[in-house]
Amino acid sequence: MKQTSVKVDSPVRVSRRQFLKTGSGVLMGTLAAGSGVLATLAPSRSWALTLSTLSDIEGDKILKVTRGIFPHDTLDDAVYALVVKDLDAAAAKDPAVASLLRDGLQQLDKLAGGDWAYLDYLARENLVIKMAGTDFFEKIRGTSVVSLYNNEMAWAHFGYEGPSYQLGGYFDRGFQDLDWLPDPPADASPAKA
Amino acid sequence: MANIDLNDGSAVVVIGSGAGGGTLANELCQKGIKVVLLEAGKRESAGTFQNNEWGAFGQLSWLDKRTTSGSWRVSRDFSGLPAWICKTVGGSTVHWAGASLRIEEHEFKARTNYGDVAGANLLDWPLTLQELEPYYAKAEDKMGVTRTNGIPGLPGNNNFKVMYAGAKKLGYKNCHTGRMAINSRNRDGRPHCRQLGFCFQGCKMDAKWSTMNSEIPKAEKTGNLDLRPSSHVLRIEHDKSGKVNAVVYVDGDGKQQQQKARIVCVAGNSIESPRLLLNSESSMYPDGLANSSGQVGRNYMRHMTGSVYATFDQPVHMWRGTTMAGIITDEARHDPSRGFVGGYEMETLSLGLPFMAAFLDPGGWGRDFCRAMDNYANMAGMWLVGEDMPQENNRITVHASEKDQYGMPVPNVHFSDHPNDIAMREHAFKQGRAIYEAAGANQVYPVPPYPSTHNLGTCRMSAKAEDGVVNQHGQAHEIDNLFVSDGSQFTTGAAQNPTLTIVTLAIRQADYIAGQMAAKAI
Repeated sequence: MKQTSVKVDSPVRVSRRQFLKTGSGVLMGTLAAGSGVLATLAPSRSWALTLSTLSDIEGDKILKVTRGIFPHDTLDDAVYALVVKDLDAAAAKDPAVASLLRDGLQQLDKLAGGDWAYLDYLARENLVIKMAGTDFFEKIRGTSVVSLYNNEMAWAHFGYEGPSYQLGGYFDRGFQDLDWLPDPPADASPAKA
Repeated sequence: MANIDLNDGSAVVVIGSGAGGGTLANELCQKGIKVVLLEAGKRESAGTFQNNEWGAFGQLSWLDKRTTSGSWRVSRDFSGLPAWICKTVGGSTVHWAGASLRIEEHEFKARTNYGDVAGANLLDWPLTLQELEPYYAKAEDKMGVTRTNGIPGLPGNNNFKVMYAGAKKLGYKNCHTGRMAINSRNRDGRPHCRQLGFCFQGCKMDAKWSTMNSEIPKAEKTGNLDLRPSSHVLRIEHDKSGKVNAVVYVDGDGKQQQQKARIVCVAGNSIESPRLLLNSESSMYPDGLANSSGQVGRNYMRHMTGSVYATFDQPVHMWRGTTMAGIITDEARHDPSRGFVGGYEMETLSLGLPFMAAFLDPGGWGRDFCRAMDNYANMAGMWLVGEDMPQENNRITVHASEKDQYGMPVPNVHFSDHPNDIAMREHAFKQGRAIYEAAGANQVYPVPPYPSTHNLGTCRMSAKAEDGVVNQHGQAHEIDNLFVSDGSQFTTGAAQNPTLTIVTLAIRQADYIAGQMAAKAI
């Protein structure tokens, strides 16, 4: 995969200095074994995301909520972390967003009758579904529908090849390589130039 | 490039540089007529276009404030974005997919052929196909439309292979890679298509015709064009006799300017054009310019649309290659036995992963949504586009209180489907599903309409002044030196992608304007 026209929008790697400067959380993870295609894009297997407003616990919970709304079982946390990154930035810009997120997380704990994050993933997902239609849910859903799918790691995961101009398009790279159906006749689909 | 003085009242001022305005400007310039071309957007180029869906969307789209109402689902899913059209030099020809189909003979006489459809404001065009044929031929040559003028069709991509296999199994007769204004061979100084897969994002090859890469540079070479990008028109002014004589706009520095004009041609697409006429109200024209019929803004059409995506057991990689790679035309006929009047086209369509997430099921989430996205690489897709019924109350109005960044009332886009539109969409969804199931689909996804790309009819042509806004030349019934030059003129929508007809009407309008100027009639 060479996609040079768009920078890899991976979670930022955190330096010790940044870590000391910020009062808030750091979200960390390691690319799961088997996420080979992502590993080729990421500078290292471990990733960390500094949060400017949300705490690490809040960040982790929002990541899990995002997984509940868009449950791609094999999609790595590193991609979901991009949603947390954007929500944290929105919370930094607008205190109302920060409150919306925090109140929603508290609501989930209430529904769980304890710490929602300690439930197994299906139980967590079921409670997230109960929040559907709330501003909290819609904020995370609306952010995710762009952030989760508009990055090179997601493209690699879902098999989307993205920008093609710098590679000469798909003219010589498989635009008509489908071989499990018959080829249309030349009057319907003339030979390429 | 010409430099026309603001006080020079001899020029033709064209508002909007898309299919209508960009073509008209070039045609006039070729005849030696000086043109000021005002374009609200910036000037981009193949070099600045992006192979990136959201990036290009932000770069090219018209994102000024708009409101929506009516029962259409777009109003709920995309309440601030009724239309997906462009604010850039070249207008929506930068974004279009390239499908170039002539309106059919029966479609020009919709009222005669479809009869009195309850709730529809149908009218025959004050034009026939025969009258337009020579201009269609000129437009096809200008645009380099494949399968015309000896130009070979484009090679079909994987998405087309799936459509073709399903179409043939269903017994459809007319399925091919379409009549496209995309070079299949090098032509007119532009290279052939390299199957980039980003037709909607501005063609980085310049293989796809647009007014940005064709009409406007040609007009500039004549020395008669004064193109002013980043020039957002606020209103059109008139003299005591009622003739228009100037255009007021905000330039790139945020300064208000007044350009004097001999003739004004409005081509801002079917939302901005009526908005501009309505916002140009005066004591002489209290309901807006050219609006004594009350039809300005009414009969807003956006084509019956919908999409069908399907997943298969094996890869398709539909994003590789032209976005609109093929067409089935069998359903475009008028055949009321199907339960509706008019017809529709089925055209392959592909969205990249980011836009598929946004448009597959707007507002969607959860396991079913994720399953569809998980199978993205095995997905094929088509767009359904058919004739929708003009309805008087589907209309563009100017908002009573909401203002844009220049203090002008924003447009509200009100639309509700006609029962005929709904019946046609259901039929089209059923046929789309059958095509993909015949090709072996394991799951089929009917997808609701996207924000409108084909905006039509809001300043329509009519034989009688009381039925519409402009005559068969796009000339306002009540103001001789005011023209409408975009898809707003369409009397009815027909089933065909509208750009070729907009270009055709612009070529014809240029002949008419030049003749009227020479005769000193305007």
